[in-house]
Amino acid sequence: MGDAPFYRRSPSELSELFGLDLSRRDVLRIGGYASLAAFLAACANGGGGGTSSGPGTVSVGSNQSDTSATGGPRQGMADVTAAFQKATGNKVKMNTVDHGTFQDQISSYLQGTPEDSFTWFSGHRMRFFADQGLATKVDDVWDKVKGNFTGAFAEAVKGNDGHIYGIPVDYYPWAVFYRKSVWAQHGYKIPTNWDDFKALAAQMKKDGLVPIAMADKDGWPAQGTFDILNLRLNGYEFHVDLLNGKQKWTDARVTNVFKKWAEITPYYNDAPAGMKWQDGAALLVKKQAGMTVIGLFISQEFPASDVDDIDFFPFPDMGTKYDAEKALDAPIDVMMLSKKSPTLNKDMAAAKSYLEFWAKGSTQLTMWKSAPGFIPAASDTDTSSFPALTKKAVQIVQSAQRITQFFDRDTRPDYAGPNGMQQFLLTFLSNPNANPTALQGTMQQFWDSLPPEK
Amino acid sequence: MAEPTTTPAAPASVDARAGAKAAVRRRRRYSLLTRHDKLILSLMVGIPLGLDLLLIWLPAVASVGLSFTNWSGIGPITSDDIVGFKNYQNLFTSYIFFRPALAHNLIWLAFLTIISTPFGMFLAVLLDREMRGTRIYQSIFFLPVVLALVVVGFIWELQYAPTEGFINNALGLTKTGHVIDWLGNPRINLLAALIASSWRHVGYIMVLYLAGLKSVDPSLREAAAIDGANQRQTFFRVVFPVMGPINVIIVVVTIIESLRAFDIAYIINRGKNGLELLSTLITNNSISEASLVGFGSAIAVVLLVISLVPIVLYLSRVMRNMAT
Repeated sequence: MGDAPFYRRSPSELSELFGLDLSRRDVLRIGGYASLAAFLAACANGGGGGTSSGPGTVSVGSNQSDTSATGGPRQGMADVTAAFQKATGNKVKMNTVDHGTFQDQISSYLQGTPEDSFTWFSGHRMRFFADQGLATKVDDVWDKVKGNFTGAFAEAVKGNDGHIYGIPVDYYPWAVFYRKSVWAQHGYKIPTNWDDFKALAAQMKKDGLVPIAMADKDGWPAQGTFDILNLRLNGYEFHVDLLNGKQKWTDARVTNVFKKWAEITPYYNDAPAGMKWQDGAALLVKKQAGMTVIGLFISQEFPASDVDDIDFFPFPDMGTKYDAEKALDAPIDVMMLSKKSPTLNKDMAAAKSYLEFWAKGSTQLTMWKSAPGFIPAASDTDTSSFPALTKKAVQIVQSAQRITQFFDRDTRPDYAGPNGMQQFLLTFLSNPNANPTALQGTMQQFWDSLPPEK
Repeated sequence: MAEPTTTPAAPASVDARAGAKAAVRRRRRYSLLTRHDKLILSLMVGIPLGLDLLLIWLPAVASVGLSFTNWSGIGPITSDDIVGFKNYQNLFTSYIFFRPALAHNLIWLAFLTIISTPFGMFLAVLLDREMRGTRIYQSIFFLPVVLALVVVGFIWELQYAPTEGFINNALGLTKTGHVIDWLGNPRINLLAALIASSWRHVGYIMVLYLAGLKSVDPSLREAAAIDGANQRQTFFRVVFPVMGPINVIIVVVTIIESLRAFDIAYIINRGKNGLELLSTLITNNSISEASLVGFGSAIAVVLLVISLVPIVLYLSRVMRNMAT
């Protein structure tokens, strides 16, 4: 899937990808599943070792493989580990796997010999594995730390059975990002409604800018625009029902999303289907584009000297009763406990203290220092060192009445993936003015062809 | 190919038959192989056979079995998971990505067969003529073969990227604001991927063919020259026919490369939007987060059946050669 892993992917990751794809090719050539087991064992290297010394050890499977100018999530994990070991005397055995590989292999990983604790996403993707019995309930940890999280976070870590399966670690909002200096130069004002938004885009086009950067080669960035349009036009309930199969993709309300979307596609850059999200961000960095709809992680694409120049505003109102929901995508990352880890029983105390440690604002701040695109979720985080951008991101999420996790975290992964919704949106973008009815029929047909999710 | 191994065996078995008449069975076995030899032989045959069964036959058979289930890859396979031919029915009737993928695999095969492979052979013929700097040219053309296809994919992604890529910048298109979307336009991205793939494939074929050309008896060419044949006639009437075994290998290599095409399409965009291939569909369905293991297996079985055609043709030819 070309989705969430690439949120955090920097172009300098060649070597990790080599490992990933060579392995994949080998897997294919050999023909499949027996070799898969060996491959996964290699990926999860260290998980089944079971050689931990004494009770005070916790093994951690981490997808935080990325590094960046600020250190990146990988550095953040190392810093948190050091702090945890110092504070509790417990030991951490970290197994870091490439973000995309981790995600692709997650179900086999959790069934094999996973680490005691692992990094994951909230929403449908967390609940799914909880339902499969592959995650350990952490209600007792939650009871100790829940005072440190708002109701929205509490909701996001709850499984379908009402139990708690994760500790919120960070989040980041999706919004419309722009450069203050470019806007000041042209005297642009933040548009609050759809007509102003379109008028602004038209003006930017006149001024020789790409009004809205759209780079959808990875397939997921367009899903962010679909989410926000559907939330504004049709409301949170419809959006959630649609993504869970309780509403039809052939619904006239979905047609309306595509019709409205087609009103802004003329303001996109050329070749949106051939550009990675980093290429789209580069248009903004180079002051060639006026704005773009994306997550806060875009800030990591800017040189440090330009970070203060980044600003954003919530997607404009569309003139429906759902505007008041001020809904937005704000994906939450969580830390979970696996079920099948061979060492978990022995390590349970340390593992739970590790999760408890993650629930502290100070821990999450340590992480944030290396990965500033991801905002700490704990209420007691010391926000005094936050720059204006982060503070504003916190505020926009707090003022939202409804929060969604992002398309590919809110629906079944086989539907959201490359041979699924990613393709459908690329098809739409290739000819936005075509009647969407046929495309919607295809979307529903594909949904109906998927086996029931167990 | 198999000749050297069969020849020594033949007189041995004749001896054995002769010996069997004269001596007891035990003695015959002693005369042929010691116990030590047998141990070595059974190990040498047994280990590869075991690995072959474990790593090739077991997964293949397991794939066929899994293709009749809708197993998600989680937990044991129960009777509830068995869905009969439903995956195949879905694949052939309603799965919208199957036909494009199959078509792209066939286009891939046609492109390599009609353009890349003949071009590689052409280069080999040119380089076989002992021109100046032939080694340098050989190295240049062979260089991409040494690279993993994943690396080839990355290299060409850097060439093709719409705004940051070399090609659009070299053509000055980024200044005009109307770039060619090499990777994102479903009408041309398959061609772009094929060029990237050919960049490597041509060198591969060239080296194989060059090795074959070197082994052609020079006296054949001399004889052709004496008989007044020109260069073209010499190649097509004399050299090409005697290269029969190499030609078969080239054809087989080309077919295999087309059927297992995966890496470049997957690197570019995970096999979507005009780059669907059977192999990327298998990956995206069964060994990704999607967890449609049963459905992905059904696609894998289709690919297996398609692959069997050239394999059977090739093997039957080899067997025929062995028989004569």
